[in-house]
Amino acid sequence: MSQGKLKIIHYLNQFFGQIGGEEKANIAPLIKEGPVGPGGALNNGLAGLAEISKTMICGDSYFSENLAASRAEIKQMLTEEKPDLVLAGPAFNAGRYGIACGNVAEIATELGITVISGIYPENPGYDLFKQYAYFVETGDSAASMRQAIPNMIKLVKSYFEQGGKLGSPEEAGYLPRGVRKNLFVEKRGSLRAVEMLIKKLKGEQFETEYPMPVFDRVEPRPPVKDITKATVALVTSGGIVPKGNPDRIESSSASKYGKYSIAGLDDLSTAEYQTAHGGYDPVYANEDPDRVLPVDTLRELEKEGKIGKMHDHYYSTVGNGTAVAAARAYAREIADELVNDGVQAVILTST
Amino acid sequence: MKLELGKIKIKDIIFANNTEIKDGVLAINRQELISLLAEPRIKELTIELAKPGDRIRIIPVKDVIEPRVKVEGPGGIFPGFIAGEEIVGSGKTHALKGMAVVTTGNIVGFQEGIIDMAGVGADYTPFSKLLNVVISCEVSAGLPQHEHEAVLRMVGLKAAAYLGEAGREIKPDQVVCYQHKPFYEAINDYPDLPRVGYIYMLQSQGLLHDTYVYGVDAKEILPTLISPTEVMDGAIISGNCVSACDKNATYFHQNNPVIEDLYRYHGREYNFIGTIVTNENVTLADKERSSSFTARLAEQLKLEAAIVSEEGFGNPDADLIMNCNKLEEKGIKTVLITDEYAGRDGASQSLADASKKANAVVTAGNANQLITLPPMEQTIGEQSLADVIAGGFAGSLKEDGSIEVEIQAITGSTNELGFTKMTARSY
Repeated sequence: MSQGKLKIIHYLNQFFGQIGGEEKANIAPLIKEGPVGPGGALNNGLAGLAEISKTMICGDSYFSENLAASRAEIKQMLTEEKPDLVLAGPAFNAGRYGIACGNVAEIATELGITVISGIYPENPGYDLFKQYAYFVETGDSAASMRQAIPNMIKLVKSYFEQGGKLGSPEEAGYLPRGVRKNLFVEKRGSLRAVEMLIKKLKGEQFETEYPMPVFDRVEPRPPVKDITKATVALVTSGGIVPKGNPDRIESSSASKYGKYSIAGLDDLSTAEYQTAHGGYDPVYANEDPDRVLPVDTLRELEKEGKIGKMHDHYYSTVGNGTAVAAARAYAREIADELVNDGVQAVILTST
Repeated sequence: MKLELGKIKIKDIIFANNTEIKDGVLAINRQELISLLAEPRIKELTIELAKPGDRIRIIPVKDVIEPRVKVEGPGGIFPGFIAGEEIVGSGKTHALKGMAVVTTGNIVGFQEGIIDMAGVGADYTPFSKLLNVVISCEVSAGLPQHEHEAVLRMVGLKAAAYLGEAGREIKPDQVVCYQHKPFYEAINDYPDLPRVGYIYMLQSQGLLHDTYVYGVDAKEILPTLISPTEVMDGAIISGNCVSACDKNATYFHQNNPVIEDLYRYHGREYNFIGTIVTNENVTLADKERSSSFTARLAEQLKLEAAIVSEEGFGNPDADLIMNCNKLEEKGIKTVLITDEYAGRDGASQSLADASKKANAVVTAGNANQLITLPPMEQTIGEQSLADVIAGGFAGSLKEDGSIEVEIQAITGSTNELGFTKMTARSY
């Protein structure tokens, strides 16, 4: 952090940026010197410690309709300005505004800049972007501005005073970011479990160490209309790779996936294929890689005319210990390529 | 069933002409031990010592075992492997505390772990605090992987039993008495206290994912009752080191902290009456059957609450949640012990399955956390394997000998028996 007064950039929408109401929601990002709107009170509260040097204002509709362009502009500005901190909002329960603040936070995080904002917990921007910003909890409307501003000031102060570190959400006063961090505590896990059990038995208050997440459930797609005409691809998280694992896909917590040609292949031979997966007994997959990636069966079905065609490439990664965020990113890229390549159906094999 | 566990504090380990314990120092006749372990499938076997603070890295670690000896009572240590099938868990047993046997050797799969005896890595493994007798074992070329694993497993057990023998005539520094009564008596001892149990999940998914109960591969058992004192005599042993952070080395079974801490409040806060061992098999049918049998046994014991400890992650999360759901549906309150795979940034969901009923969870930490282990002066084993073991990646081993890995590569770092003091919180 730089010496002297710390530099802050503040992000606002058109309304709080005093440009206008919904009729001005289409304005492109613009920059004003110094604090604007709620920035004034924030700036006063931080006097002597930090200063809002510039305010970035963008229309809510413009932001959501021109996401890539808006993000690029914000990124460029933050890269040039190199602020010590970004403030955004508070956005209360305004959905598009909350999402815009979240996007700003994501970009700033990529650049290594911390973001403090304020939001109503049911604003979709919170759930989508919670790991990128320290969001102070606000009410659902601007009526709660009077509480939101001092809370944001307090959080900014403790952030700077503690050298860029903040304690737990409860201690520091921000909404949980859903980011799991390891720490060592006084008692070992088994004793914590026994003491939790005693409390649960007595009906006393206890705090779980891991609140259960809500899982995505993927709705099955409608059946392929005519599978005898369809191009079918194979995608696996079972780690089948060409012998020697040329892309060095990790045996656990994979940081990548591989794309390999199987054009003209009738069968995966043990001399040419293996598994890179470290999370299951690999002996049987290595004896016959088709057990995990059924190229042999699919080729037969193709020859019998039961499917249109087996896609010429398969995709493979290792599902073992791989974070959902990573898996989702690989799936998005793989799905885009498959759609572009005219594939109509995919068989996903796991282990 | 009553077991007196005599603890002999080992202050140092040395090589000497006779294997014996004198004034707390374990002397080891290295050659005698090597000869004892020799068999046709072993090509080369060496024994070294690694002590707390030594700048030594052991990689890839298969198993860690505490030397013990059966002094009085039926059966012997490690039934089904070293001793016969006689039921253990009563009489007297001596344990050599503060030390362990560690087995290493060329890689069997991708899955074995790391123990650093010094530096930041030492903070993450409980085994850096022990005086370790490290056995490096290389097998003959072409030995199938399953046999390779079995050879190394037996080497560790044999060595631990051999060293344990040295404690047979030694007066223990401390004796702790554990009792496991027949259920009728146990229930009547504290009729007014709530009955609690322990659901002890054992990894059982194949090569380097297996656990053995009295010599039986746990994937072939139906959930069954076991006395905590049998566990202390080595009735459960490990063939298991995949993603070494959350696998129960034999040492963890012998010193199961859930059992120890359940005894702590037994007779005061609750009545700890039973332990159920169950498995974590790969098929859905097996998972359904085992969780149903577990819940049924718990119901037959009239348990009111239970601690459920998982072993491993991902696929076994399904077993954990099934056990939780079926127990809670019978009105048996649960506390689960697990660890997390929340991604290197900690921002992904941590488990592969979830349930609203799982409202009391203890976590041993996020295994995806990255760590840089500083260079050591000596490596027992092969450092370059850091690039391929679970938790490592291409480039894990740096030129200066430091290693960047996820803590899932460190043996015992997120142990789900709750052996360590690590946890994770949401920030």
